[in-house]
Amino acid sequence: MTSWIEIGALDDIPRLGSRVVRTPGGNIAVFRTESDEVFALDDRCPHKGGPLSQGIVHNKRVTCPLHNFVIELASGQAVAPDEGCTHTHPAKVENGVVWLSVRQAAAVS
Amino acid sequence: MLDKVIKQKLVVIGNGMAGIRTVEALLERAPDLYDITVFGSEPYGNYNRILLSPVLAGEKTVDDIMLNTVDWYEDNNITLRKGETISMIDRRTCEVVTDAGDRVPYDRLLIATGSNPIMLPLPGKELPGVIGFRDIYDVDRMIKASTDYRNAVVIGGGLLGLEAANGLMKRGMNVTVVHLLDTLMERQLDPVAGGLLRKSLEERGMVFKMPAQTQAILGEDRVTGVRFGDGTELPADLVVMAVGIRPNFELAKKAGLYCERGIVVSDTMQTYDGRIYAVGECVQHRRQTYGLVAPLFDQAKVCANHLAMKGFATYDGSVTSTKLKVTGIDLFSAGDFAPGPDKEEIVLQDANRGVYKRIILKDKKIVGAVLYGDTIDGPWYFQHLRDGTDVSHMRERLVFGAANLGEGGVSGQNSVAAMSDETEICGCNGVCKGAIVKAISEKKLFTLDDVRAHTKASSSCGSCTGLVEQVLAFTLGGDYSAAPKVKPLCKCTDHSHDDVRRVIVEQQLKTIPAVMRFMEWKTLNGCHSCRPALNYYLLATWPGEYRDDQQSRFINERVHANIQKDGTYSVVPRMWGGVTTPSELRAIADVAEKFNIPTVKVTGGQRIDLLGVKKEDLPAVWADLNDAGMVSGHAYAKGLRTVKTCVGSEWCRFGTQDSTGLGVKLEKFMWGSWTPAKVKLGVSGCPRNCAEATCKDVGVVCVDSGYEIHFAGAAGLHIKGTEFLTKVETEDECLEVIVALTQLYREEGWYLERMYKWCDRVGLEQIRKRVVDDITNRKALFGRFAYSQQFAQTDPWAERASRGVDRNEFAPLAELELA
Ligand code: FES
Repeated sequence: MTSWIEIGALDDIPRLGSRVVRTPGGNIAVFRTESDEVFALDDRCPHKGGPLSQGIVHNKRVTCPLHNFVIELASGQAVAPDEGCTHTHPAKVENGVVWLSVRQAAAVS
Repeated sequence: MLDKVIKQKLVVIGNGMAGIRTVEALLERAPDLYDITVFGSEPYGNYNRILLSPVLAGEKTVDDIMLNTVDWYEDNNITLRKGETISMIDRRTCEVVTDAGDRVPYDRLLIATGSNPIMLPLPGKELPGVIGFRDIYDVDRMIKASTDYRNAVVIGGGLLGLEAANGLMKRGMNVTVVHLLDTLMERQLDPVAGGLLRKSLEERGMVFKMPAQTQAILGEDRVTGVRFGDGTELPADLVVMAVGIRPNFELAKKAGLYCERGIVVSDTMQTYDGRIYAVGECVQHRRQTYGLVAPLFDQAKVCANHLAMKGFATYDGSVTSTKLKVTGIDLFSAGDFAPGPDKEEIVLQDANRGVYKRIILKDKKIVGAVLYGDTIDGPWYFQHLRDGTDVSHMRERLVFGAANLGEGGVSGQNSVAAMSDETEICGCNGVCKGAIVKAISEKKLFTLDDVRAHTKASSSCGSCTGLVEQVLAFTLGGDYSAAPKVKPLCKCTDHSHDDVRRVIVEQQLKTIPAVMRFMEWKTLNGCHSCRPALNYYLLATWPGEYRDDQQSRFINERVHANIQKDGTYSVVPRMWGGVTTPSELRAIADVAEKFNIPTVKVTGGQRIDLLGVKKEDLPAVWADLNDAGMVSGHAYAKGLRTVKTCVGSEWCRFGTQDSTGLGVKLEKFMWGSWTPAKVKLGVSGCPRNCAEATCKDVGVVCVDSGYEIHFAGAAGLHIKGTEFLTKVETEDECLEVIVALTQLYREEGWYLERMYKWCDRVGLEQIRKRVVDDITNRKALFGRFAYSQQFAQTDPWAERASRGVDRNEFAPLAELELA
């Protein structure tokens, strides 16, 4: 069963940008695309743990600020030829409000 | 209504590198436009023909050199009809006819039939044991012969002939190379380099007979020998003819397409029949035919662009470089090196070290280069050759190469061939030679970009680019596809930086989406390379009008601090000209303690760096620093960083002018400005130059009679002394020239291109003309800089610390306490 938590207004996240949600299991980065879709991923690059929330967002991808790994927001997968995967969490927007469902695996750090 | 769009049919004749590269490029641009059918007469997929020599030499296997396996065709819905030959093109009905009589219709046809080895019309040329050197089949026959027989004669002392000879020798045969002329590889080498090459091949056991003309091939059922013009004979069980290749255009010619030495094509790679395109070794473009890989890649790109109906790319010929694929011999040649009245030569010859270099100049530009023994700088010369760089300012050191001009990467390394696999090539990302070689061969990489993407080598600071290109050349055997002459801004577009800057002005484009729309960007929101570039170009072009797009800024510029590897930030307040006060120092000390900042360090730019600040603390840290009168030092910016000074006439017994005062003045005038890449200044009070001004982007050296202005230095990845720009008498004039210079750089530099690179590209004289000689222009430049400063000189820290700008950036969206 997914339990959804309200985390804030969509407008509090910049388009093509991201905000961080603090959790005991570590930060989760919530991204907003140009077309107002939202995605949530652990704020840790699979490469060397760079904060993905600080990267440049383009289409449905983000570039890690440390060494330019490009990560797919939907799957958390690094775009080839790089390899690695970041844990994702379900997120959705309803009436301008962003909801997040934290998947437990995140707590294992 | 149709439920399926009927696709156009593209038929490709030739399953070689040119044809398939075009198809690959086409699929990238327009994946669904065509139903594609490829005909190839060889029974293989597409393989890398330039690597046949290493296969012959036993250094690689056939599997190693396959580029596209049968699965690839299937995965991309391409019908591959291998082993089938096209015998006729029926242009009237738009069909091709196979030798079995099958007719296949096309809407567009691509001819990529490549070339055939030239077989000399000698008596005996049909005897078994006489072969060319062109495909896997030939290589197989040579390998077979090497196990059954002993004596081989290779006719042709060019690139291909020597590689064939080397391979056969490696396989244990006695090899004699017969060459018509007295210089080996005369199309690529001059007599000196040819002689050096001959000597080292002889040392390995190769025998030469040259100059010599072959008259007949002897034998009854199989070749037994060769007879020459002078009547002498040599025994031979195998004769390889490697005297050259001939474009294969029979089919095109029979179809009535206009051909001369090849199928004649236009700049859009079209033949005289607009539906029919041709690429690769079978074509003749602007009177030129090509037998190397790099040009064919260039052509493939252009052709794909038109097949995809984009219709803007043109091919305007390629400059090529060659490298001999004989392990242990370093040889590089590029461009045109025939002597001529208007050409000048720089020659370096060191017989003991076995090094020979010859650089040919014309109109201050490199037009050719021949390197033997030490080829590390080959790609570097080649780059300047293709870019048409004015090299007069580095002429006296040119022949010593990039390393001596401060542009080298790893010092003391001049031959990748001699390096062990463990040698580190990319110091930033710790990538060693073996890893790069492995990636190139396993992942079939061809370009520097490919290597960067797969290995991360040369993807950070870029100082090892030359070495990586060398490894690429070494692994692929030379002729790899180097970066194109006109570099696209990034992978999201085919347009260059210059194109983009020009179009922004011409079309009055004022937002990033507008630029992307107008210039038909290939990706939805661009990427981390192009967005910051576009943001800068718009900002520099439309000061006061363009709204800086924070989401297109690299994190450091977005949060006005430098991200560190653990995700914390570092903060550097401005210290004008490196001068500080007790109260500033006290404030810095207080901030460090209050926020538990772990490291406080003095920087090379005469300021203090606070390292390890948590992101959410940044606004409060800034607020405290602001209170003490300090502002952002822009230590994170592609903009004005520091102005380093020495104390000058105020205190120093040698000082000739007030260098500190001038430094402060410059910094106060120029801070806050955004530039293509970082800009660092230095002002020294006398020629002792304690502020090290002559390795800065702009440096002033005060002298008794005024101020010497230098620029285009670097002391980071590359070490390069500055160029002297001019000397002026007053401080005001000094400021005016420096500001005008910076503005010109802001208007013309490519994003991330440091000032010295920009100077290299456009030329010192050009710059001097516009900022020194033309006073009206200088004042206009100065005016534009001053105008844009109105909008740029707001302290970004104050905006965020007390005025709440970007508040969201620094606080988490939510804090969750999970059960
Ligand atoms: S940590 Fe993200 S790319 Fe290295």
